[in-house]
Amino acid sequence: MNTTREFLPLSNGTSVPWADVPEWPADEFVVATAAELDHGGRLCAWFGVPENSATRLVAVIAFDAENTLAVGRSAPVTKSYPSLTLRHPQAHLFEREVWEQHGLMPEGHPWLKPVRRQNGGHPAVGEFFRVEGGEIHEVAVGPVHAGIIEPGHFRFQCNGEEVLHLEIALGYQHRGAEEALTGGPQRAAMSQMETVAGDTTIGHATAYATILESLAGTEAPLRAQWLRAIALELERLANHTGDLGALANDVAFLPTSAACGKIRGDFLNLTALLCGNRFGRGLIRPGGCKHDLETERAAQLLDKLRVALAEVNQAAEWLWDSNSVRARFEFTGTVSAGQAAEIGLVGVGARASGLVRDVRFDHPAGWHRFAPIPVAVWPGGDVFARARVRWLEIQRSAKFIEEQLAAPPDGETMEQSFNSSWQGGASVSASWGEGEILSNGGSRGRPPHQLAVALVEGWRGEVCHVALTDSAGKFRRYKIVDASFHNWSGLELAMRGQAISDFPICNKSFNLSYCGFDL
Amino acid sequence: MFAHETILHRLRHGCQTMAYPGGPTPALPDRHGGTLRVEAAKCAEGCAACVPVCPTQAITRTPGNPVALDLGKCIFCAACVEACPTKAITQTNNHRTAVRRREDLLLGRPGEEELRLATALDEKLKKLFGRSLRLRQVSAGGCNACEADVNVLGTIGWDLGRFGIQFVASPRHADGLLITGAVSRNMELALKKTYDAVPSPKIVIAVGACAIAGGPFIGNPQILNGASSVVPVDLFIPGCPPHPLTILDGLLRLLGKLG
Repeated sequence: MNTTREFLPLSNGTSVPWADVPEWPADEFVVATAAELDHGGRLCAWFGVPENSATRLVAVIAFDAENTLAVGRSAPVTKSYPSLTLRHPQAHLFEREVWEQHGLMPEGHPWLKPVRRQNGGHPAVGEFFRVEGGEIHEVAVGPVHAGIIEPGHFRFQCNGEEVLHLEIALGYQHRGAEEALTGGPQRAAMSQMETVAGDTTIGHATAYATILESLAGTEAPLRAQWLRAIALELERLANHTGDLGALANDVAFLPTSAACGKIRGDFLNLTALLCGNRFGRGLIRPGGCKHDLETERAAQLLDKLRVALAEVNQAAEWLWDSNSVRARFEFTGTVSAGQAAEIGLVGVGARASGLVRDVRFDHPAGWHRFAPIPVAVWPGGDVFARARVRWLEIQRSAKFIEEQLAAPPDGETMEQSFNSSWQGGASVSASWGEGEILSNGGSRGRPPHQLAVALVEGWRGEVCHVALTDSAGKFRRYKIVDASFHNWSGLELAMRGQAISDFPICNKSFNLSYCGFDL
Repeated sequence: MFAHETILHRLRHGCQTMAYPGGPTPALPDRHGGTLRVEAAKCAEGCAACVPVCPTQAITRTPGNPVALDLGKCIFCAACVEACPTKAITQTNNHRTAVRRREDLLLGRPGEEELRLATALDEKLKKLFGRSLRLRQVSAGGCNACEADVNVLGTIGWDLGRFGIQFVASPRHADGLLITGAVSRNMELALKKTYDAVPSPKIVIAVGACAIAGGPFIGNPQILNGASSVVPVDLFIPGCPPHPLTILDGLLRLLGKLG
């Protein structure tokens, strides 16, 4: 261990007393955070906690190679502090967010503007970085896009066909998911977490449930953890398959596009086999899982999984065999390993730039402590690499599910103490994490002044939830960081020097969430 | 060689589009449960066990009155079904949920145990849109699940195009809007502008609990609790998200293509 390190270490899926989190004056806190990042740390979350009329800054850092997380905080600060972004660009959006949410000015931040215009207004209104010159033109796209997709605004600075710079303005999808949790959890919290990013229902629901379980000093029964791990890979299979199809579609390679569109639905139907909902809603609840995967159902799942996997393998084979596809994918939208590390890419984006970065491997929690998954890495950083990583992960996820189905743990799917505290219906689904339900749970209630961190490797990448409780054990602050928050900057970099006609495949190769970013 | 194999493989697969609606209706997943039915007469005196378990406040019961369930707010989690001691609220396993009027989603009063399914457009609009309906999709605070299951209708399994329904890239080319999401304040203007850009006569379809009433985010100050706050809605399709079969049923029902 490096002796200069001063942040408080903790493991994924655990909590620590708020009082134990080391504290610095704001300017020294920035220096301390920078030192942790210099020593191989990665910024998972950087956010403000209001205190009286001031704000404390909190940093959650991951040391992937050492399989540990670390947390630190600043003393209450008002008005401004020296920007961390100048030393570590991966902080740039976090500092803009803190500025927007708490009015704290990061002094020296090179491009300070709102992240979401969450206080009203229109995200695309305002200043954009502009390239000047007689032959330069600007292209504005969105918020409403041409397909059936979420809204966002893209502003390109172009010289002819070449994109010199792309700036992405989001915030159109802001629904107040994070703010709503302050003072909670409210009755709708679990459902809101399932829809933070609707294609990552299992990812965000698992993170949220883990937070509540960790605060209650317990964990979900092993069988529930096993089930969550299976559901997480089903979610990955469906989305990765859809993405391969979408990439094929954008280079007009229709056989794979047509096949993957259907197979994606087949994978969604496997999740529906688990819980009735194609996106996994209603499966995960604080304390465990609402449904079980009985032997007969598991056998059915395995049969259908094998059929779908064989079909997606066939469809992917056509894709890889086609010279015209390779010509369009290779050396398009390249993000170097250095850039990826500098801006803090996570998930598929990071692994396709050669970074070994995967929460399931680096920070195993839940079932992944017993069933590790190797990291699928591909060098290159281009569209081809991002497609290739998805294909590798399709293989690995299917194999993982097969292995897990062969050796299920016994037992309940719901931690009973999460149930017994409910006085009304005594049903599993009733204990949805409503404030009084859990705090009634005696020793299982949420403790005051506790900080909990949960990371989950969603199909896009790292999903990070951080909760801080108040004196009554309710949420004083809840922070959500979807992989998209880190990775939209990767798409901006990927487009530099690229023909604007390559934007669709670059965009699909990241396939980031708008609502997961906008919260 | 490659092209040859690809074509052969496709030939072996044959047509993958389902026979529905000409053939059998695809089955819902066994744990899906379908839409809900309320028999308020079965409610126990003074019981309100279903009210606090509903995450979206879709259920109310005032003293002296039967229970009232608003399927427009419902996300079909079935917590109420499990909480009800007298089986007054039950699952129907029916995938059909689309209605023309918002009030047709209110259950509980005598004779209103189930939702009142959508009727077709009037003859004039049916003549205009019945054989060719072009829709512009606007996601306004959608979570990408409703969007995904609308997208699915365009895949080879469902082949929405065979019904003359198509999603287009410009409101100027469209006969109407299909809206998903709770309508975030930051999307209000864009939604209004898109609606205004569609030539009249035009129709609006709200897909999913969010677009009908705000869904899980109902009441959050950052949203407008659904599409009706900005534009008039002609078809409501509840669900979180509605199953592709449910969405297709709604679209076909609107065009008078289902019995």
